[in-house]
Amino acid sequence: MAIVNDEVDAVVVGLGWSGSIMAMELARAGLKVRAIERGPDQTSEDFAYPKPADQYGYDKLYKVFAKPASAAVTVRHDTGGTALPTRQWGSFCPGNGVGGAGLHWTAVMLRPTPTDLKLKTYADEVYAPGQLQEDMQVQDFPVTWDEMEKHFDFFEKVCGQSGTTGNLRGDIQPGGDPFEGPRSNPYPLPALEDTLNCSMFRETTTKMGYHPFSNPSANVSQAWTNPYGQNIAPCNYCGFCSKYPCLNYSKASPQTTILDALKLHKNFDYKTNAEVTRVELHDDGKTAKGITYVDETGQEVFQPAKMVFLCSFQFQNVRLMLLSGIGTPYDPMTGEGVVGRNYAFLSNGGVSMFFKDKEFNPFATAGATGVMFNDVSPRAGFEDGVKHGFLGGAKIHSSQSNGNPIGTPLPEGTPGWGMGWKKGMRDWYGHHMKISITTTCMSYRGNYVDLDPTYSDHLGNPMARITFDWKENELKLQQYLKDICLKIKDQLGPDSYHASFLKMDSQYDLRPYVSTHNVGGAVMGDDPKTSALNKYLQSWDCHNVFVPGGNAFPQNFQANPTDMIGALTYHAAAKIVSDYVKSPGPLVQA
Amino acid sequence: MTRKSGSSFGRRGFMLGTAAIASAAALGVPFESVRAATVLDQAAPDLASYTPGFFTDAEFRLLCAITDRLIPGDGDGEKIGPGALEANVPVFLDMQIGGDYGQDWYLKGPFPKRPSPLMGYQMPYLPSEVYQRGLKLFADAAQAAHGKAFEDLSADEQDAFLSDVQSDKVDFLAMGEDYLSGSNFFGQLWSDTKNGYLSDPMYGGNKGMGAWIMIGYPGARASFREWVTQHNVPYPLGPVSVQGMRA
Repeated sequence: MAIVNDEVDAVVVGLGWSGSIMAMELARAGLKVRAIERGPDQTSEDFAYPKPADQYGYDKLYKVFAKPASAAVTVRHDTGGTALPTRQWGSFCPGNGVGGAGLHWTAVMLRPTPTDLKLKTYADEVYAPGQLQEDMQVQDFPVTWDEMEKHFDFFEKVCGQSGTTGNLRGDIQPGGDPFEGPRSNPYPLPALEDTLNCSMFRETTTKMGYHPFSNPSANVSQAWTNPYGQNIAPCNYCGFCSKYPCLNYSKASPQTTILDALKLHKNFDYKTNAEVTRVELHDDGKTAKGITYVDETGQEVFQPAKMVFLCSFQFQNVRLMLLSGIGTPYDPMTGEGVVGRNYAFLSNGGVSMFFKDKEFNPFATAGATGVMFNDVSPRAGFEDGVKHGFLGGAKIHSSQSNGNPIGTPLPEGTPGWGMGWKKGMRDWYGHHMKISITTTCMSYRGNYVDLDPTYSDHLGNPMARITFDWKENELKLQQYLKDICLKIKDQLGPDSYHASFLKMDSQYDLRPYVSTHNVGGAVMGDDPKTSALNKYLQSWDCHNVFVPGGNAFPQNFQANPTDMIGALTYHAAAKIVSDYVKSPGPLVQA
Repeated sequence: MTRKSGSSFGRRGFMLGTAAIASAAALGVPFESVRAATVLDQAAPDLASYTPGFFTDAEFRLLCAITDRLIPGDGDGEKIGPGALEANVPVFLDMQIGGDYGQDWYLKGPFPKRPSPLMGYQMPYLPSEVYQRGLKLFADAAQAAHGKAFEDLSADEQDAFLSDVQSDKVDFLAMGEDYLSGSNFFGQLWSDTKNGYLSDPMYGGNKGMGAWIMIGYPGARASFREWVTQHNVPYPLGPVSVQGMRA
């Protein structure tokens, strides 16, 4: 029979961003907290220079990522298809071990807009009935800008967010994003330096009437001491960021911002190489009594807990709910059930441009280095979506996240191999910049997560199965964005270019990397019929189970998700500490 | 599927190389007086005398012939940069394919025989098996098409045959293979070849960091705070490697 651990107040499943934040806030409140992490322990010291300065090891061998052998999911395009496993990572790749995806993220850190939080309300106001796809299932986040603002503000101080303020308490500031929601405080630190592509893009798009601003970054621009007393060093633009752990203590991660302070709390401990397989419920199914995990020796262990926090990656959180019988599984045929509902991803694309006479020094860069604009995104006054018949938008940006040579793009017409390829590498490496899009992605009746009937993981448990494909709305958006990007390209006047956007008949391709911004599947909402969690990320069905993460997003906005995930976790933690601990029960009445 | 311990030869090669550097220092030769590139060359094994740890001698000869066309040397023409053989790409392939590469992939069945390419890798093979099967099919198909071994064809014939494998005109699936098409094999080999050419020399390829020198990539320097604001100025310093080699 299983080993039984001593009971804790809170067990936290997964020690990435949301797990670290939740564990920290609960430990600070004096609760006994234990985190259970599937992967290895890893500290900043493990990634001292020069180890991460190795593209093959980190970018190609996925050193700090979850292993497909134990963490794959299956994917199919529609409910009639047979899902196949992600045998290698492709379009997304989740993190692994202590720090989770927070260890290897690019650290572009920006907020959604107030409109993004109330997208359903916006769509109902702006679009005529029947104008949008009938199978679209967008919903409002059940939180307001005012409720969230102080939590964005705090998380951004934890991370030393660097950027240029656009809207300070309603006053529009020069150089920032005029479309951002009002901030109570300026960015903690100034923006990163521009690389050449940044200044070219900034100048050109300004002339064209857009409002470019520096990518908000959690690669810190200056030395910073955060509210937990952690020191973060100024970024040295090392060129190894997205997919790499930081070699310079400069990228905000659970390691650099929270964990060293958390480990000082005697009421906190953590276990690594311990894989949680299910949440154990009491007989009435209304509360959890703890979790079961398999430790590194293969032994099953029961961890009793008064509260359970599922803080693993988006699809693993949904899978754990399904494996544990928490909430009703979603059925795309009837539209009933909520666990698995509203899975969304995001699309990207862009224009690669080649300039013979420009030296971009692409290796000299922070992960988040870039300039973006938010002019083409849902908000009052943005009419193109209505005109073209899509809901959504994108950040359009020129980022230079790394200049490592494997995967160097070459101009169209360059031979794919042989002497021509070699000459192409010599002639064009370092003479390339991009205009890119990172898009919204709406939720639909047929895009969802459930358990795979065929494929199981290394412990014999069913994998999560993702059913997802592009819908007409997102494909129309891509055509619209393509036109804008090509106009910017014309202004920049490269010697050659090639454009890469989805076509109207494109299907979801699992092979090229897009981004690990998988969201939804256990979404937050006001109505238990269309959401698995309430506004405090509390399960409607099991009130002592909380599920922070990208899984809570009802659809995907164009901003990168981490700022929102962190802020939602702080928002939930504050309510749990102030109310739930004293009086356990549903925090919102259904 | 494993035959010999994959990386032992590669590792021995590196130990010899390290010893060469150490002995230069021990003999009191000032480090600066040894041309950096010479030291780097000594640190990497010589392809001609390299004994593969994983591939058979015949497989290794074929791999050398193929990668020599994928990234040719300069020959008598314009000086551009190293070819795959000068860069020790076959050594990289021997160390990687015989090592841990692919051991973390999910390889439980069922395996559909003609999945949509959009679904990514769907074969029941570790990289080692992709290479063993692929090289055999490749060699057999070349023999069948030309009546002689791929290694004995002219460069033009070799390029044409490689193109036919890449485009599936040479049809592995009609030769009794269930999963590995010519384009799959070509894709894997070309991807690994580029990795070996452009990755840090500690993995066995990119000998002397020649590929990095050719393109102007500074390798593992990883500190550019002073350079990030120097727009449109070529970076002046050559590469360094993770193990501290300079060129």
